[in-house]
Amino acid sequence: MDKLFQILTRISASLVFIILVATAVVLYLTAKPAIEEFGLGFVFDSRWAVTEILEKPAESPAGSSAIPASDSASDTGVRTVDTATPADEALVIDDIDSDDEFDDDIDTGEESDSNTREIYGGAVPIVGTIFSTLIAMIFSIPIAMGVAVFLSEIANEFTASIIGTAIELLAAIPSIIYGMWALFYFGPFIASIFGGSSVSLLVAGLVLGIMVLPFMAALSRDAINTTPNVLKESAYAMGATKFEVIKDVIFPYAKTGIIGSVIISLGRAMGETMAVAFVIGGIFKFAQKPTDATISVPVVLANNFAESSGMSMHALFYLSLILFLVSIFTIYLAKYFFLRKQS
Amino acid sequence: MRLWVNKVAIILSTATALLGLLFLGWILFTLVIKGVSSLSPYIFTHDLINNGIRNLLWGQFVLAGLASIIGIPVGILAGIYLQEYGNHTRYANFIRDLSDVMMSAPSIVVGTFIYAVIVVPVGHTNGWAGIAALFVMMLPIVVRTTDDMLSLVPIELREAGIAIGAPKYHVIFHIILKAAKVGIMTGLILAFARIMGETAPLLYTSGSSIYMSSGLSETYPSMTVSIYNLATMPSEELVGLAWAAALILTLVVLVLNLLGRFLIKDKRL
Repeated sequence: MDKLFQILTRISASLVFIILVATAVVLYLTAKPAIEEFGLGFVFDSRWAVTEILEKPAESPAGSSAIPASDSASDTGVRTVDTATPADEALVIDDIDSDDEFDDDIDTGEESDSNTREIYGGAVPIVGTIFSTLIAMIFSIPIAMGVAVFLSEIANEFTASIIGTAIELLAAIPSIIYGMWALFYFGPFIASIFGGSSVSLLVAGLVLGIMVLPFMAALSRDAINTTPNVLKESAYAMGATKFEVIKDVIFPYAKTGIIGSVIISLGRAMGETMAVAFVIGGIFKFAQKPTDATISVPVVLANNFAESSGMSMHALFYLSLILFLVSIFTIYLAKYFFLRKQS
Repeated sequence: MRLWVNKVAIILSTATALLGLLFLGWILFTLVIKGVSSLSPYIFTHDLINNGIRNLLWGQFVLAGLASIIGIPVGILAGIYLQEYGNHTRYANFIRDLSDVMMSAPSIVVGTFIYAVIVVPVGHTNGWAGIAALFVMMLPIVVRTTDDMLSLVPIELREAGIAIGAPKYHVIFHIILKAAKVGIMTGLILAFARIMGETAPLLYTSGSSIYMSSGLSETYPSMTVSIYNLATMPSEELVGLAWAAALILTLVVLVLNLLGRFLIKDKRL
């Protein structure tokens, strides 16, 4: 009986392992055609659902306006005839049903299927993810540190517990609420200050920042709270001001914990879908300036999944696999910092 | 000068805390204003097809509830293994690491995974796929909580149980789990609250339906997915409905969180 129970618990624990391995394997297998077709160049290719003609000069491309001029220059030897209409699904219903149908619809049948192929590249969403995460971090790190210091060093116990709870509640609000709020209020507000549209890379980054802020602040506060009082008291006894204690005693002591919390928050911002989906614009186009609309990896997955099949589906799984691997890397990096703190 | 710098730093730090509160206030304020104006008894008694949210609310609770019914026992058993049987072994530490990895895996990736293994073979979105996705989201949280809470139970309790001749599973069920009950309950409530608010894993696993469900093997109504769809509708009324649903969702999540906190505080007294 005891043995049976032990085996049961062991199986349950192994389930974690099984699910993770299954995720990696399934994502890899489903993405495999795309991986074989595009290889690692996928990451640097900025074309999405572009039809490429093999070894045959094409007539002048009429509908290629959706390719950013700076990037189509990198195509060597082949001409791109057509690009996908930007999959702006937040506002318009996407009409990419299947790849072949799509070609026939848009290309006015000017070439046969045999010497064309669909090109998918992940550069636009990957760059979008990197920059939105970057904006989020630039925005949230100083504020989160301020909040963490306030909660642990400045506020009295009563205020700290109330504001601490409020900040933690902010962390519990579902991300779709952030997205909706940003779509109707925060986006227009930012647009009125910085100009541009109310859906843009900047708005997406800032919403991400606001979303991870409470999380980062709570973790950093916990890290700061591990500083032994003896250290702080001896610094105060030497006549240090509060700011000097924070700067020279607490931050050096809690450094690894704080870095760990920043990395975890970064991982969270990177994989966030719903807060961003409403406000990033969902257009396959590099943002030339922060107020331009673009797209991020999770949003590509959220918007295009239902309508995809064939190679576009494999390409989406390729993106998903990349996101998964990067998030594993991020969490291990964070764990590395947390472990160093403990030893 | 030093004192002056000190003062500026303290003011800045306080200002950031106020800024954080400002955002919380702003979000809650718009939610309440927009949500309350669309709230009415009507929307609780009608499905989305008739501009109500009854089926959505029901669907979200069923999806999260069933995911919990599967996820909680499995997660607790796994936590028991980590702490009571495999503690300090390399395998247990390995599983702990993986559990943390799983916890921080982007939720949309979980959605794609479930899509590939369940939705593709079945051929259409269905309730079970949504439950599976939420289960994957929930499992690592339950494992982590159970693991942490059991580690707080003093070793003497275990020794006392073993010393009077009780079998180990008996000790675990009747002594250790009871001692860690409040902590684990809190964790479970927070885990449930977390998956209640998830959207990304459900987008193309359960999908969402405008009708009352006709069974878990069909596309299932989900409140979060419907909020996503409704919020971008051109109709003023449907957007209002999305706000009402968002308000209710947030209230449920926040109340569950406060409940969890209250339980912990209660224990300390």
